[in-house]
Amino acid sequence: MIENAQPGQSPDLNRRRFFSRLSVLLGSIGAAIVAVPTVGFLLGLRRPTKIWRAVGHVQDFKIGETTQVAFEDPSPLPWSGVTAQTAAWLRRKADDEFIAFSVDCTHLGCPVRWLPGANLFMCPCHGGVFYSDGTVASGPPPRPLFHYPVRVQGDEVQILTSPLPIS
Amino acid sequence: MLKRIWDWFDDLTGTSKWLVPLLRHPVPHAKKSAWFYVLGSATLIVFILQIVTGISLASAYVPASGEAYHSLLFISGTTLGRIVRGIHYFGASAMIILIGVHAVRVYLMGSYKYPRQVNWLTGVGLLVLTLLMAFTGQLLRWDQTGFWTAVVAAEQAGRTPFIGNWLGHFILAGDTVGGATLSRFFAAHVFFIPALIFGLLGFHLYLVIHNGISEPPKAGRPVDPKTYRRWYNDLLGKEGHPFWPDAAWRDVAFGFAVVVIIVVLAIVVGPEALGKPPDPTILGASPRPDWYFLWYYALLSVAPRWSENYIIILAPLIFGLLLIFLPFVAGKGERSPLRRPWSILIVATIIIVIGYFGQLGHSAPWSPRFRAEPLPATVVGASGGAVADGARLFYEKGCEYCHMIDGYGGIRGPDLTYVGDRMTADQIKTRIFSGATNMPSYNGNITDQQLSAVLAFLESRKHRLIEKQRSSP
Repeated sequence: MIENAQPGQSPDLNRRRFFSRLSVLLGSIGAAIVAVPTVGFLLGLRRPTKIWRAVGHVQDFKIGETTQVAFEDPSPLPWSGVTAQTAAWLRRKADDEFIAFSVDCTHLGCPVRWLPGANLFMCPCHGGVFYSDGTVASGPPPRPLFHYPVRVQGDEVQILTSPLPIS
Repeated sequence: MLKRIWDWFDDLTGTSKWLVPLLRHPVPHAKKSAWFYVLGSATLIVFILQIVTGISLASAYVPASGEAYHSLLFISGTTLGRIVRGIHYFGASAMIILIGVHAVRVYLMGSYKYPRQVNWLTGVGLLVLTLLMAFTGQLLRWDQTGFWTAVVAAEQAGRTPFIGNWLGHFILAGDTVGGATLSRFFAAHVFFIPALIFGLLGFHLYLVIHNGISEPPKAGRPVDPKTYRRWYNDLLGKEGHPFWPDAAWRDVAFGFAVVVIIVVLAIVVGPEALGKPPDPTILGASPRPDWYFLWYYALLSVAPRWSENYIIILAPLIFGLLLIFLPFVAGKGERSPLRRPWSILIVATIIIVIGYFGQLGHSAPWSPRFRAEPLPATVVGASGGAVADGARLFYEKGCEYCHMIDGYGGIRGPDLTYVGDRMTADQIKTRIFSGATNMPSYNGNITDQQLSAVLAFLESRKHRLIEKQRSSP
């Protein structure tokens, strides 16, 4: 700073400039020290690992039928309450062949209902309709219902917990 | 005695040095337009009402995903809690209405022009923040609709290019709606957004004092940035009168009326009832936004599919940019709406669009009517045989959720009360098989026998036949 001093500038002015720059610098560093953990904590997402959750026994489900099942999130917080649950539509296609559909309409995420008589999924929000295999039948949804990975272990049907599908 | 206490306080704090000039700052004579100038202060008064009731509610509300619903049930179950919730609920509506009308007033009167451009910009910021408060607030009513609102919000944010997926999960504070989600919305609604509002509001009010409140516009008296300030000061010198109490009494009177209306509504009507619990396994949900977002909900339903992402992301962005650019491109010149007819046209268009789509969103014709009852025998006109079977299938196959017959059923598709007059059996059959943009195809989803029953029923929907049945009970 001193060496940049213009001729004729008093040392007082240099001192002032030094102190004002020092203050701004210290303030910025201080703010950054606090901001890194604060913003990092705010922006950080809890991303638990996926796990298989049992949703029932094979014999609970009839072939050709679609049933609502529910499973718990992989690591729910103690205060999650009912929101720790996730619902899915489970269809038993054959003896040990299952499909698990996400209940979230692929349009904007509203919960689709299964209408067994009509053999269709219908969305209450904007009227999206899906066939029993999850493909789009009509309305605004841009793509078929999302699937959860599903497997049979012994006589237990298990679904792999997955993030909310955001298209 | 009071005087002595005040003198002592004033001597130590210098309060009267700034408070008296602030209260008595001169404002122009608004004459016939005087009542147009109460909208901003009424918005401020309702905002204060929201803070007070909000603090009261927050002292009993439990911002945890698993508990919030129960705490709201508790609040709503007490006499005073119900009233406070009601005030907060109707206060939210009042804020939306008042800030909207205030913005329209400022726009139509050209008050955003020089030197008040930054007043306008801070106002735009406050409008956006108010809408965010409305959105997060209805979500904090953490019932079934609140839960699915969080999902829909995440899905909408998910349409953003590049960062959509991250943004969607950021809104949920995780992979799915869970324990962390509600806390995030609570912090936004109670701390983050209000803090921004306080900052912008302080700046907004400071600018009102700094630039002076705009005088009512007069056709043929354009704003010239070179001379305006001097002209305005001359005007104040000539005919200015002190804000307090000459102008302020109107603000107080109107604000008082607004508060009384809100409180009466809170007591008589009460707050929005809580829906079912926020349990994601109860799938009979029909989430709907509160009235102020119904138009947007409707827009997303009727918009052509290709335009959807533009409407969700681009349209609000463009509208926001238009509001921001307005005071720069139209910062001077005529202020009177009489000389700016297009401004009236724009406002009328916005009101008509919001009103029309709001109404549409209220009736939601595109939504299946899951509550539809099976058609009664009086409507079917037969209690056995193919026609009666067809009527039963018409209900079971979900046709009735979207098609109305004699007042029963949904309004997604055409009314089929007299479909037999319009279409032949073959035409109906083709439609059932092929479906349409908004109708599923039933090809492979209906047996031959079922089909012929449905056709027999629909063919019997002829005006002549139905009238004959009615006249011979």
